[in-house]
Amino acid sequence: MSCCGTTPSHDELDEVSRLVSTKLAAFLRTLRDNGFAVGLAEGRDAAALMAQGFAARPPLLRSAFKHLFSARRSDWDKFDGIFDAFWLGKRVRSRSLAIGSAKAANNPSLKSLQDKNLAKGGGQSATDQIPSDNDAPGGGGEGRMEGASAAENLAEVDFRKLADPDQVEQAHEAAARLAKAMRTRLTRRDLLRRRGYRLDLRRTIHRNISHGGVPISLVKRRRKDKPLRLIVLLDASGSMSMYTAVFLRFIHGVLDEFREAEAFLFHTRLAHVSDAMKEKDAGRALDRLSLLAQGAGGGTKIGESLRTFNRWHAPRVIHSRSCVMIVSDGYETGDAKLLGREMATLGRRCRRIVWLNPMMAWEGYAPEARGIKAALPHVDLYAPANTLKSLAALEPYLAKL
Amino acid sequence: MKDREEIAERLATCGYIADAELATAISLMQRLRRPLLLEGEAGVGKTEVAKALAFLHGTELIRLQCYEGLDQSSALYEWNYQRQLLAIQAHHGGDADAIEDRIFSEKYLLERPLLAAIRRDKPPVLLIDEIDRADDEFEAFLLELLSDFQVSIPELGTIKATSIPHVVLTSNATRELSDALRRRCLYHYVDYPDVDREARIIMARIDGASASLSLQIARMVESIRKEELRKVPGVAETLDWAAALVGLDVHDLHDVPELVHETLMCLLKTHEDRTRLNREVAERLLGKVA
Repeated sequence: MSCCGTTPSHDELDEVSRLVSTKLAAFLRTLRDNGFAVGLAEGRDAAALMAQGFAARPPLLRSAFKHLFSARRSDWDKFDGIFDAFWLGKRVRSRSLAIGSAKAANNPSLKSLQDKNLAKGGGQSATDQIPSDNDAPGGGGEGRMEGASAAENLAEVDFRKLADPDQVEQAHEAAARLAKAMRTRLTRRDLLRRRGYRLDLRRTIHRNISHGGVPISLVKRRRKDKPLRLIVLLDASGSMSMYTAVFLRFIHGVLDEFREAEAFLFHTRLAHVSDAMKEKDAGRALDRLSLLAQGAGGGTKIGESLRTFNRWHAPRVIHSRSCVMIVSDGYETGDAKLLGREMATLGRRCRRIVWLNPMMAWEGYAPEARGIKAALPHVDLYAPANTLKSLAALEPYLAKL
Repeated sequence: MKDREEIAERLATCGYIADAELATAISLMQRLRRPLLLEGEAGVGKTEVAKALAFLHGTELIRLQCYEGLDQSSALYEWNYQRQLLAIQAHHGGDADAIEDRIFSEKYLLERPLLAAIRRDKPPVLLIDEIDRADDEFEAFLLELLSDFQVSIPELGTIKATSIPHVVLTSNATRELSDALRRRCLYHYVDYPDVDREARIIMARIDGASASLSLQIARMVESIRKEELRKVPGVAETLDWAAALVGLDVHDLHDVPELVHETLMCLLKTHEDRTRLNREVAERLLGKVA
């Protein structure tokens, strides 16, 4: 702008465009905070659209941006709200992390699982899931001195009895390692089992052109093996709070390592958390999860959550080689009959249902709760999962699928 | 923007009644040269969008139906092996290099949809239908093609696009698509149409459907969709039903409640839904239709 005569209007214009682009950048950040996958190319296109006169007509701009930035149904549904809140200053009900990120700071988050000093922050809502340190006031200092054998001992300790933050940390790491090991072994077995073929005539001809068309080397076709897909539904209600943290870590490991896995979280409603869990850094993943887990506190509606799953997610995430793993204590506060019905529907759809119940290993526990009673007939494997050892015991079972 | 209304109008002339947002999406497609990804329940008219788009541009529609195990040789190109073999036999004893040059020439190349789409003089509409049924590997390959619009054939060299096609992808969400593909595309969620639009669709598509009947049908279908069904009827089913009713010479649904119940088979495709929407329920729903 130094070359041509710098008229004030030109400067003003420049100023305006700078303002607009700053604002646009802020909007992109807001979208990313809300889980949109927005890249540089999208930003450039958005700027181009604004320059082409879309900016003058907000409804049109909204519609255009909606197509440009959304990538899936959930984005599509929440976009209008975010747009209105950001550009038109309307109040929006949903808790978008929007403009100032100050909110994020005092937001009780699952990340406190990692930050030991933070462990006492946050009382209700999502932070139900923090294994509270106060539970065992006397046992605070014990675990630290155990040294080398600590890991083995941990394998047998019930998760809810883990009190020392260091121990919790170790358990988390062990869970992540376990998930990794399970994946490697499962795939290897998968390869060995391949057999069966039929002749691919077309490719055989192609291959043998160099022999003048005489079919010397045959090309065979084998069925493409689908990798085992693991779908985890984790109960994040208050009654499970002692266990959720470890399982979340386990699921994070599973999602990271399995080629195909999906994760859902439920309490009174169901949330699809695969995207949030795919974050490489466990701490950040749990952080994002805390947003999704909000709304807990009013009991567990397993039946309703399963219905949502069956209705909206099952056709997409379940294929013929899928195993659904439900981690819950089975304390249903909703309709137990509905739970039974939805379990039956689910059973028809997938290959195996594994129900992990951490309470099972408690002394004197019997599946008396209405929920678990209704669900059990449809479950293929009902196992405890309160220690690392019992988690590891699942592997041979999954390998057989 | 003026072109938005214009697009909606022109789509309407070929029998596709678009909502305002879809018209925006189509105008953006041209502006930004990005593919359009359509998601939505089965039977809401995703494939129809591509057909209407081809009509709008007055160009050819090239369709690639995806399925599990779809590979390059059926999507992009393949050599015509039989003819190559014949050529080898025919020129037996000739110069090997000459034969090779001959059999790996355009003449022996079979164009599949993707290659065909980038070699037209006039940009065609390329419809990649049900992309979610194809494998991950194919999706990755497609992504590459959609960004470069060039294909390299080892024996022949690189083929550059002579025209960039208008690409429409549809998905039924049986599999989660990769973020990379989603990001490259404009996204539009095709929802069930509202009563007014559905009535207009019926009138546009079914000859002899009067305005009042179309509205009644649309209202009825809307209330049926609100029932808890296993398979919610789509627009295609609505059109079937409307065609059936028109064919049976129905002018007002209230005159023939019996027939309405019997023809519901056009809308409800599972036994469970059929029993759920029994005679009483159907009559109750019909009663609510003004």
